[in-house]
Amino acid sequence: MVTGMDINDIRAWQTTLLLIAFIGIVIWAFSKRRKKSFDEAANLPFADEEQHRATIEKEDQQP
Amino acid sequence: MPNRPVRRVALHGRSNFFWETQLERQTTYDYKVVRQFAIITVFWGIAGMLVGVIIAAQLAFPTLFEGIPWLSYGRLRPLHTNAVIFAFGGSALFATSYYVVQRTTQARLFGGPLAAFTFWGWTLAMLLAAITLPHGITSGKEYAELEWPIDLLIAAVWVAYAIVFFGTIAKRRVKHIYVANWFFGAFILTVAVLHIVNSAFVPVSLTKGYSFYPGAIDAMVQWWYGHNAVGFFLTTAFLGMMYYFVPKQAERPIYSYRLSIVHFWALISTYMWAGPHHLHYTALPDWAQSVGMIFSLILLAPSWGGMINGIMTLSGAWHKLRTDPVLKFLIVSLSFYGMSTFEGPMMSIKTVNALSHYTDWTIGHVHSGALGWVAMISIGSLYYLIPRLFGKVHMHSMKLVELHFWIATLGVVLYIAAMWVAGVTQGLMWRAVNADGTLTYSFIESVESTYPFYYVRLLGGAMFLAGMLLMAYNTWRTVAEGRSADADDAIPASATR
Repeated sequence: MVTGMDINDIRAWQTTLLLIAFIGIVIWAFSKRRKKSFDEAANLPFADEEQHRATIEKEDQQP
Repeated sequence: MPNRPVRRVALHGRSNFFWETQLERQTTYDYKVVRQFAIITVFWGIAGMLVGVIIAAQLAFPTLFEGIPWLSYGRLRPLHTNAVIFAFGGSALFATSYYVVQRTTQARLFGGPLAAFTFWGWTLAMLLAAITLPHGITSGKEYAELEWPIDLLIAAVWVAYAIVFFGTIAKRRVKHIYVANWFFGAFILTVAVLHIVNSAFVPVSLTKGYSFYPGAIDAMVQWWYGHNAVGFFLTTAFLGMMYYFVPKQAERPIYSYRLSIVHFWALISTYMWAGPHHLHYTALPDWAQSVGMIFSLILLAPSWGGMINGIMTLSGAWHKLRTDPVLKFLIVSLSFYGMSTFEGPMMSIKTVNALSHYTDWTIGHVHSGALGWVAMISIGSLYYLIPRLFGKVHMHSMKLVELHFWIATLGVVLYIAAMWVAGVTQGLMWRAVNADGTLTYSFIESVESTYPFYYVRLLGGAMFLAGMLLMAYNTWRTVAEGRSADADDAIPASATR
């Protein structure tokens, strides 16, 4: 067969597309625009002390 | 935060209706299932590691329990791996993922009684494993030995787990899905797929089923499952733990949130393809072996990216490592993670694998990951988690936590160093040939030269088990003390982070 795609073309394209996707993720993750949003996300573990306290208090009330 | 003392005074007076109803409306978390899983993790850790010490003793003293079929090495070994990976590791993951997903979405667990079903279902599956495996009821697939009725139970529990976890994420009260939840989520999804595909059995009786796949395909499916059990169960999920508990214990956000995103996508898309390195020089097609080797080598990059992200979180606060044994557990576990994720890609290179495969080097590698990384990060996370689940900040005795840390670390080092030397010795003896092409050593000679290392390994494993017993005592005392009479002392605002 001279014409048409065979499975190796698909494999080559898959590799290329995955590489582009990876570079895309890196560019997106490190873009300046995302900084504020990521800082917010990174601080989520420190944002819910009220709920933790409320849970323990509520459990104390209903042993 | 500013109105907290006011409200607390009102509550103590039990008279202010307004503040009482405020508290009713406030989201509270479901800690019951987290507590159940956290406590049973300690139990399974001791049970699974005790069986490990017994089979290590059987290798050092081969006549131990001779003539008792259900205590023979061949039956106890899968019991050990199932108990430590699925019962101990699995319960630790249920506990921490249920805790982390609630605290970072600020929402209560979704699905009401489903969470309780996952606890009792998972625990029942593990008890069934503890009964069937010593009786020789096994499918013979490594890390998937349980027969088909137990597999069905596990599948049902896992679907419920996914509903609870993703349901909680769906009803989150914050905008972002914190990175730890991405790791836990990938673990839950992937393990569901792996378990269902690899457990495709044709049942012939209640206790016997045969694999749906033939020959080399079965081997490939098995190690696609097997290595992703390592990649997603024992790595991705525990990285989820790392991304929450390391920042919490260090009291600072993760070193680079951006790196964590690249880390996540690179890791999960690469791990999927590494399985064939378990089948070097077998009937598996050569190209598939090469794919497995190449992807294993690539894995070094995301693995170390994650390790660096975790360790560098301490940047600017290294002094905390001197005094905080919980942080020591977490950070040393990351060091072992770095070591074993360097060692793994190296061992996947075909020429290195020709030396290492089928030797005790593999056992050393596995335990550097399983004891050094998986168990140590779980233990560190539980030492953070358990007191907080009971309205406290610290375990009963931090001195015992410190002792546990040192005894466990020395135990792992003895264990893996012994197995490295034993493994390389075996590999070299098996491949040695005389000038005329005959083998220099008989197999039994390599066994004989391994004995000293089996004694050292037994000692290292026993030390790690001893550390778990300390943890059980410390946990019991922490829980038995109950909540402090004055809750204000028990949770100072600065320390509950």
